[in-house]
Amino acid sequence: MADTTVGIPTVSVTVNGVLRRGTPEPRKTLADFLREDCELTGTHLGCEHGVCGACTIFMDGEAVRSCLVFAVQAEGADITTIEGLSAPDGTLSVVQKAMNEAHGLQCGFCTPGFVVSITALLRDNPDPSDEEIRQGLSGNLCRCTGYQGIIKAVKIAAGQSVAANGKAH
Amino acid sequence: MTDTSAAPTANTGGARFVGQRVQRREDLRLVTGHGRYTDDVVVPGMLHAAFLRSDIARGVINSIDVSAARQLDGVVAVFTGADFNAEIREHWVDFEGPGGDASPFRVLADTDVRFAGDPIAVVIATSRYIAEDACELIDVDIEPSTPVIGADAALAADAPVVHAGRADNIAGAIPAAADPVLDEIFANAAHVITETIDQNRYLCVPMETRGIVSQWDPFNQELTVHISTQGPHGVRAYIGRALGIPENRIRVIMKDVGGGFGQKMFMIPDEVAVVLAGKRLGRPVKWIEDRRENLMSGLHARDDRMTVSFAVDDTFHILGVKCDLIEDVGSFNAAGSSSIGFVGLLFPGPYKIQRVGFSAKAVFTNTCGRCSYRGPWMMETAAREQMMDIAARRLGIDPLEFRRINVITSAELPYTTAAGLVYDAVSIDGSLEQAVSMVGYEAFRAEQAAARAQGRFIGLGLGLYVEPSGIAMGNMSSEAAIVSISVNGDVTAVMSSGSHGQSLETTVAQVVADRLGVDFERVTVVQGDTAATPFGPGTGGSRSAVILNGAASQASGDVRTKMLEIAAHVLEAATDDLEIEAGNISVRGTPSKGISVTEVARIAYLRPQELPPGMSLGLESHARYTPNAPFTFSNSCHACVVEVDAVTGGVKVLRFIVSEDCGVMINPDVVEGQIAGGVVQGIGGVLYEEMAYDMSGNPMNTTFVDYLLPTATEVPIIEYGHIETRSTTNPGGFKGMGEGGAIGSPPAVINAVADAIAHLVDGPIKQPMSPANIRAAIDART
Repeated sequence: MADTTVGIPTVSVTVNGVLRRGTPEPRKTLADFLREDCELTGTHLGCEHGVCGACTIFMDGEAVRSCLVFAVQAEGADITTIEGLSAPDGTLSVVQKAMNEAHGLQCGFCTPGFVVSITALLRDNPDPSDEEIRQGLSGNLCRCTGYQGIIKAVKIAAGQSVAANGKAH
Repeated sequence: MTDTSAAPTANTGGARFVGQRVQRREDLRLVTGHGRYTDDVVVPGMLHAAFLRSDIARGVINSIDVSAARQLDGVVAVFTGADFNAEIREHWVDFEGPGGDASPFRVLADTDVRFAGDPIAVVIATSRYIAEDACELIDVDIEPSTPVIGADAALAADAPVVHAGRADNIAGAIPAAADPVLDEIFANAAHVITETIDQNRYLCVPMETRGIVSQWDPFNQELTVHISTQGPHGVRAYIGRALGIPENRIRVIMKDVGGGFGQKMFMIPDEVAVVLAGKRLGRPVKWIEDRRENLMSGLHARDDRMTVSFAVDDTFHILGVKCDLIEDVGSFNAAGSSSIGFVGLLFPGPYKIQRVGFSAKAVFTNTCGRCSYRGPWMMETAAREQMMDIAARRLGIDPLEFRRINVITSAELPYTTAAGLVYDAVSIDGSLEQAVSMVGYEAFRAEQAAARAQGRFIGLGLGLYVEPSGIAMGNMSSEAAIVSISVNGDVTAVMSSGSHGQSLETTVAQVVADRLGVDFERVTVVQGDTAATPFGPGTGGSRSAVILNGAASQASGDVRTKMLEIAAHVLEAATDDLEIEAGNISVRGTPSKGISVTEVARIAYLRPQELPPGMSLGLESHARYTPNAPFTFSNSCHACVVEVDAVTGGVKVLRFIVSEDCGVMINPDVVEGQIAGGVVQGIGGVLYEEMAYDMSGNPMNTTFVDYLLPTATEVPIIEYGHIETRSTTNPGGFKGMGEGGAIGSPPAVINAVADAIAHLVDGPIKQPMSPANIRAAIDART
């Protein structure tokens, strides 16, 4: 983006362990800053009004919607995006692996947001009940899976038993 | 090309991967954020587009002043209809073919606006932010007039016409044919039940909106287009005709696509405007539709009204039906979006209804145009299955019993429908019985009675249907595969498809690996790039399992045959005595006498002197496949249990069961994933989702705060039952089922809600079945 390459950096953030500096316009969203300036396109934009959850990232440990945060508001923050959850060699995190095992994605567009949300959910509540899982996922929209495989993936990642036919016990 | 009808024989490959829950190979990139969707494509020098849209539904454009917008720093160009509309040479998509009654079309609104959201101008700027700023600087003067909102308004005697130059608002019609026999049936029937059923306007809503990056290279006279679509070849052919560019100078690429569900079958004018802008400027241009645009102007779906009459005898057999359908197709509807032809054809569905009278109208209104959506013809099932319950209640019998009396049984196959369609390999009564057994129908009725006595209202609804999958007609008749084994023994399947969630990279590899006798890991699937792949129509009509895999199977079969001939020559054995297992070809019963697939490949490319005399070099085949019937029928039964809170009108879905017969399952995980996605789209459409317009033509649901999609808290665990009746239309015995989830679930949910409060409400409840609409229905009847 033309508006980010000149001047004194107005934003310094740590993204996936790397210090990133930029000069985004004050109105530029953190999501756009991550996607365009940091070239981390795994953070997706599905609505840009804070409902779909596809842009969910970790900011100072909290799962937040990066479409509702301006980049300048992230000054000094420690950010982890979907790209930061797997190892550089492609080794998947527990949640990512469970999404694959459970057929938790189809088109994959919502997936990065779900992976971040599930990671946050299980960090705060390692053994969630069915109700807690559903509540924990209710801020993310998926249009392909009917949530069946995603709910199953949470159970797998939490080490809970899951029946083959999608029915959890 | 080889014979397409060959049945599997002893030497056509095993089934080590087909039928297995093989984990998807798409996932590694997608779960880590390394997919490549259209908005992830960045090209040097790329500009960004934003559209100015009409916020008035109908009116004459007096003037458009773009001068202030053009002066904004960072704005490169502003284009209007005056710049672009005359550029379009031919406007028809492959699906329609030339000379058809193409839908009304223009790139940008010029003389008038016809729906709220109609694109008027496109700004091209150095950033999307600046492009949107510039849209606000465009001064448009529109003289509004009363819009045509709703089918009744469109059909009113004094209705203004949506499209100037047309005599009326009829987009398509099937007049009622005189049928004295049917009239006689109705005159003499013991019972005639008539009801009118409305279906709300609800939408595809892919999580990724539309998007396009168009690069015109004037020095090579080449156009490269990255686009979020359901098929790259249709995009290429359309652009070629529309802009007069030879198809072989256009490359269309679809990498990862975040869902389509019908909405992305064809280009919309906005995307054409981006291509034109880029070509005019000689610069790459990107446009990513925002969610408001996607909901307001990205094409709509459903919105049907059907009046159905059943003539029933005194033993509850349906003797004949009469149906009249009205579709609201909005203003600029997509090709193939009107389903009036299919609805009448398919209406009898799973039942022995041998006399059908059908009439229909599709009407234009000043609303966003209609597109195909997962089972575009599903009003036949939605209306029929609701009528089965309504009729049963009025006849005083249980809806299941009414279905059992009329269902086509396996003993009656092959069965020819009233429209002349032949069902041979289906299990309609089997899926009905499997679903009711899984849900525990009899026990539920007792539970329901007990609950009702306690003031709890639970209900059960069924949705039984036959799905016309693998639709093979017109441009959708075929798919193609180029299967090759390389010098190092690796297999590449270059496919005519483009995938947006269907898991084709995995399932095609399963089919190819089995056919060739190699490991799944050795097969790579290539698709979604016109520069590399043969023609295909894109996804639609639940086609890939049947037609795409038919092509994969055929091309792989050719390569397999050649491998065996080379091996037989080298091993001095008969081909019939050879088997291929895990990449090794050996003499059956003598595993020590063998040769690897890799070694055969090296002979084929590097050591031609070792080939059988006269054999051509290489290990590759290009096959184009068409199934041996225009439809491959699958069947399914949905059973839904809900609880309705009669005080609040709230609905909770307690159970959802699907019995599915899609023939041989390639990958049960993928089958179940497709079912679940479709079912939840149906639950959403019935209970939550609605695109409503006010009387001025303002769309009321243009954010996800207003257009409510189901979340994980609204859906039950979906329980699956499988029946595998091998299809006869293709060598794998596969059937498609990708649309069925969204076809069967709406009536199952509607019937369940109606069943729960049948003692309070008789007759259809307005959709979506929101708490307010359910309360209104209860209040109106009690």
